[in-house]
Amino acid sequence: MGGNSDMKLIDENGIRIDGRKVDELRPIKIEAGVLKSADGSAYVEIGKNKVLAAVYGPRECHPRHMQNPAKAIVQCKYNMISFSVSDRKRPGPDRRSVEISKLISEAMEHVVFTENYPRTSIDVYIEVLQANAGTRCAGLTAAAVALADAGIPMRDMVPAVAVGKVNDQVVLDLNKEEDNFGQADLPIAMIPRTGEILLLQMDGHLTQAEFDRAMELGVKACGEIYELQKDALRRRYAITNSGEVEDETKDEPREMNEEA
Amino acid sequence: MARSIVSEIKRDHIQKLIAGGQRVDGRNWDQFREISIQTHVVETAEGSSRVKIGNTEVIVGVKMTVGEPFSDTPNRGVLSTNAELIPMASPNFESGPPDENSIELARVVDRGIRESHMIDLDKLCIEPGKKVWINFVDIYVLDFDGNLFDACSLGAVAAIKSAIVPAAANGLGEDYPMPINCTPVSVTAVKIENSILIDPTLDEEKVAAARLTVTTDDNGDLRAMQKGLSGALTLEEVKNVIETSRRLGVEIRKLIG
Amino acid sequence: MNNENNTRELVLPGDVLDDGTMKPGAGTYVHDGKIFAAMLGIKSVKSNFVNVVPLGGRYIPAPGDLIIGKVIDIGPSNWLVDIYSPYPAPLHVNEVPWRVEFGDTSRYLGVGDTLLAKVLSVDETKRVQVTMKEQGLRKLQGGQIVEIAHSKVPRVIGKNGSMIQMIKTYTNCRIFIGQNGRIWMDGNMEDMVHAMQAIKMIDEGAQTLKLTERVKEFLESVYRKEE
Repeated sequence: MGGNSDMKLIDENGIRIDGRKVDELRPIKIEAGVLKSADGSAYVEIGKNKVLAAVYGPRECHPRHMQNPAKAIVQCKYNMISFSVSDRKRPGPDRRSVEISKLISEAMEHVVFTENYPRTSIDVYIEVLQANAGTRCAGLTAAAVALADAGIPMRDMVPAVAVGKVNDQVVLDLNKEEDNFGQADLPIAMIPRTGEILLLQMDGHLTQAEFDRAMELGVKACGEIYELQKDALRRRYAITNSGEVEDETKDEPREMNEEA
Repeated sequence: MARSIVSEIKRDHIQKLIAGGQRVDGRNWDQFREISIQTHVVETAEGSSRVKIGNTEVIVGVKMTVGEPFSDTPNRGVLSTNAELIPMASPNFESGPPDENSIELARVVDRGIRESHMIDLDKLCIEPGKKVWINFVDIYVLDFDGNLFDACSLGAVAAIKSAIVPAAANGLGEDYPMPINCTPVSVTAVKIENSILIDPTLDEEKVAAARLTVTTDDNGDLRAMQKGLSGALTLEEVKNVIETSRRLGVEIRKLIG
Repeated sequence: MNNENNTRELVLPGDVLDDGTMKPGAGTYVHDGKIFAAMLGIKSVKSNFVNVVPLGGRYIPAPGDLIIGKVIDIGPSNWLVDIYSPYPAPLHVNEVPWRVEFGDTSRYLGVGDTLLAKVLSVDETKRVQVTMKEQGLRKLQGGQIVEIAHSKVPRVIGKNGSMIQMIKTYTNCRIFIGQNGRIWMDGNMEDMVHAMQAIKMIDEGAQTLKLTERVKEFLESVYRKEE
C-alpha cells in the first residue's frame, strides 16, 4: 500500500482511472476444463489478471509423513510466473507465495469433504500468468472451479474478491494502480449461501464504518462471481437434450464380463 | 511414479501398430499433431506466446532488462533461457528447482536460438562494455503429452519474434521490434523398434528407445541437434531424421509467420 | 412406474436438490433440513432417494468390484497393483491362483503386467486388498486397454449388459470392463478400433440422451460398409 493519497485515482464524478464506478467489478471470464492432463482445471480472467488452476487428486499423499489417516489433505500451491509482472520475477516460490498458498489451502480445506478420502492429498496448482492486483482472489476463484471440475466432493463454490480504499473511498476490486497507491486492501473469500468467510486479510487503514461498507460491497460481488463460476461449469458439461428419456442404468449388476 | 510405468499391453500394442505402419492416433510416421500458435498472450512480457502441439501446451514469455554484458562479449546482448516443468502439467512433475529434464530442455531450446543467431544480439548493445539488453526467455509447460522439445522451441521462437524492445520505459528512445535474423525450427523424432516417428505423444515417448531433436534454419542448414534416451541410432536413421526435420521445418516456419 | 425421474439434470456442488420431502442419497449432503449436491454430476431420483451420479472424480474401490490393474512394484511376498484410484492395492501371494515361493514373485507377474482382479477388502482408512483367486481372474496379455471415466462404466455395460453385448456382437471382440474405468479388449485390429470408437462415444457423451441408438447407428454404419 503506497498510501499516496495525492494521486488522484477517482475523479469528481466517482469514476476510477479504468472507467469503473466504486462498486463495479472488472470484466470477468471463467472457463472450466481447459487442460487435458489434470483431473480438473479452470482459467479465470479478472480485468487484466490471467490465472490458471489445475487439480490432481485425490491421490497418494507425498510426502508420506504428511498423510492423515482420517482424511485427505488439501495442498494448494500459488505461484506467479516470471513474466506475469512488469519486473521479471525469478522462478520459484517466495515468501509471499508461500503465505498465499497456505491461506488458499485452508479456505479450500473447509469446503472439501476431505473425510471421504483418508490418507490422500488433493493438490491444487495455481499459476498467475498475468498479474494486475487481486491475484490471490482470482486464484482462489479458479481453484474452486477446478476442484468441482475434478469431481471433488465439496459443499459449495467459493468466490473471492478484494475490496479496498482509494482516495478515502471504499472501492470494489482494486486494479494494480489502486492497489499500489491506495489506502487499504481487503481480500475475502466466502460461501455466499451461508455467509461463511473462508479467507480474510487486510492491510492499510480502515475505520469500522469503512470496513462495514467494504464487506457489503465484497459480499455482493462474491454473489456475482459465484454465479459466473457455476455458469462456467454448466457450459463445460452442457447436456444436449434431444427430448427423449433414457433408461437409468446406475444400479446394474456390477459384473457383466464374459468368461473366456 | 505409478503412471510412468507403461503396461506391457500398451507397449505391445504400439509396437504392433508401428510394424503395420500405423500410430495409435492414426497419424503418419512423419506427421505432426495439430499445432496452434498464439502470440501477445501476456502483456506484462515484452513478447509472449502460447503454443499447443496436440495436447501438449506451453506458455513462453520474453522479458528484457538493461544489464551488464559478459566480459568475453562486451558488445553483445545476453540470452538466458529457462524451462519450468510445473506440476500442473503432469502427474509426474514435482515442485522444485529445475531438474535434469528441464535443464536439458532449456539448453537445447537455447542452443537452437543462439546458434542460429535468431536474435541479433549485436544490435542489442546499449553502451559497449557497460550496458546491453538482457533477454530472459521463460518457458512454462502447462500440459504434457509428449514432445516438449518442439513445443518449447516453437513457443520460444514465436514469443521472441513477437517481442518489442522496451526502449521507452528504459529511457532509451522509442520501442522497436526485436532484431531477428532467422527463424529456427526444431523437429523431434523417436525410434521405436526400427521405426522412426515424428512428434511423439507421451505414450510413444515412454516406449521409445532413442530420441533425436534437429533444429534447422531458414536455409535448411543444421543449427542444433540433441540425441536423447539411452538407445542407439544408426547413421542412416540420423540422416533420415535430419532430412525430415528440414522438410517439416519449412511447413512449421510458415505457421510461425 | 415408481417415482423415478430419469431426465438428465446437471447439478453442481451447493445446488439445492430437495427441501425435505425426499431422502439424501449418494453424492449429497444435508444442511438446515435441505439436501444439497456434494459434487458435479447428474441428479437422479430412485425410490424417494435423491442422488448425484458423479461425472468425474477418482475411482474409489469397493469390495467385490472387478478391476483391471497394472503391476507397478514387486516384493518378496506380494505385488503392488495400480488400480487407477488414489489407493494402490497390494496383491498378496496367498491371493493368486499359483503356488508362489517366497522371493519368487517376479516369475509369475512382472512390473507392467496387466491383470483382471477383484477387490477383496477395503478398510476404514481405505486400505485396499485385491485378489486373483476367483474363477476367470487372470493376467491379461495382448489386445489393448481403453481408459474411460469410471463413472461411465455403467453406461458402457448398459441395462442388463445390453450396450456392451451389442458392441461385442458387432465387433467380435473379447471385452472385459473394470469398474475402475479400465477396459481390455482383444480381436482384429480394425474391429478393436471400432469397439474403441464406440466406447469413446459413450465416455464422451454419456450424459446425452438417445445414446444407445447413436452407438447402434454408428456400429451398423461401420459394419454395413464393410460388407
